[in-house]
Amino acid sequence: MPERVRVKVNGRELEMPAEASVAAALMSAGVSGLRRSRTGEPRGPVCGMGVCMECRVRVDGRAHQRACQFSCREGMEIECR
Amino acid sequence: MPVKAAAQIVVVGGGPAGLAAAASAAECGKRVLLLDENPLPGGQIWRAKNGTITAEAEGWRQRAQAAGVEWRGGRQAVAAATGQLWLEHAGGVEVAAWEELILATGARELLLPFPGWTLPNCCGAGGLQALVKAGLEIRDKRVLVAGSGPLLMAVAAFLRQQGARVLLIAEQAPAGQVAAAALHLPPAKLRQAWQLRRATRGVPFLAGCWVEAAEGRQQLERVRLRRGVRRWSLECDYLACGFGLTPNSELGQLLGCALTAEAGIAVNRWQQTSVEHIWCAGEAAGIAGVEAAWRSGEIAGYAAAGRQERTAPLLARRDREQQSSQRLLRRLAPRAELRALAQDTTWLCRCEDVTVGEARPYANWREAKLQTRCGMGACQGRICGAAARFLWGWQINAARPPILPARVGTLAQAAPAPSISTEVTV
Repeated sequence: MPERVRVKVNGRELEMPAEASVAAALMSAGVSGLRRSRTGEPRGPVCGMGVCMECRVRVDGRAHQRACQFSCREGMEIECR
Repeated sequence: MPVKAAAQIVVVGGGPAGLAAAASAAECGKRVLLLDENPLPGGQIWRAKNGTITAEAEGWRQRAQAAGVEWRGGRQAVAAATGQLWLEHAGGVEVAAWEELILATGARELLLPFPGWTLPNCCGAGGLQALVKAGLEIRDKRVLVAGSGPLLMAVAAFLRQQGARVLLIAEQAPAGQVAAAALHLPPAKLRQAWQLRRATRGVPFLAGCWVEAAEGRQQLERVRLRRGVRRWSLECDYLACGFGLTPNSELGQLLGCALTAEAGIAVNRWQQTSVEHIWCAGEAAGIAGVEAAWRSGEIAGYAAAGRQERTAPLLARRDREQQSSQRLLRRLAPRAELRALAQDTTWLCRCEDVTVGEARPYANWREAKLQTRCGMGACQGRICGAAARFLWGWQINAARPPILPARVGTLAQAAPAPSISTEVTV
């Protein structure tokens, strides 16, 4: 079994695999819309390699972090949408 | 002042081309620094599951290490000037000083707009593969693989091996062109294609078939397909849709390097760009596949180290690979009907929410940017610029620093660079 860590997604506690990227973990947990576009539409990961910027979330208070570019960490607080 | 790093030769990008370039230059006795945004070398193509690298990448990594290459991962190049490169990393900013610079920045997927393409769970083909490699659980999910190019079959085979229910592979090129492309493949590639087809046995492969629209409320629910006069809908969980690759030329643009008609960084036979002391290897110079990438990397590494004579046995192999890739890609060129898919209300620029109808009236990319803000958001036009180039033939060559969103602290530290003092688009 892969190691699992507890993260908070919009205040809700979720268990995620430690080695997964935040984008992959959120999608696996059924969270497909990671941000709202300028006009308020839900958007989710597209390129998976840090180029498209569609997977930006707030992590531990820091805005505009590309969820496809780093892994889940115990205690991480993620805000989507 | 930011921390400085210096090397005779700095290589940007640790994929096949960058690894080969760095190893080759270091084997000529040069002090070489190899940089990449990812923590591990290998680039996009040699990435294995869950933060590991493939055996090919490991082989090259060992060769580079043995030659004395200094590896620095987790570095994002955000600005550049003659002799200098500004790098952002988790802990702050660094300036790398170079005498010779080798750009091996690779390629990204070409994503083309159609109604609904911005719905969550509509991903690139390589995009969905990368997400699954990063841990996305795809078992029993219904996936449609669509778009164009040899990547589709590889992605479908990979997803299926990971337990996905791949419903269909839709290749937009006509069946005749696909067959001709397959017939002209070199034997090794044909064997590879055959193995991939076997790995996707039972999954329909439809040539001349493309996605007309994606539909759903909060996320993708179904895809509308077209093949000739036939139109139908298919319910699915994920769409993996990509139309091949397009070069990452932004850093070269920033340094004044001329571009090719195919939007790559123009190079001569030794991979030298139009700017002295700047070289480019791999797909940043043009899409030609992994073998051409590492061969062009070796050539760039030797040539930048002043050892052009070592490139002699490599040139013909590289040229052969490039020509064979170009023939293949010509046959799989995106069809004209794809230009008509995007409606006036379809988003063109995802970052700034600019529609196709808003951008279309302008004469060129620059005008459209100034008037609509398309291409001026977080991705700096990497997605919509390539789409606008396909839709209207616009030249996309206006990269500005910072070429990616950067922290204010980075910009402040880089302020002495004349190229970055006035133009900050965030």
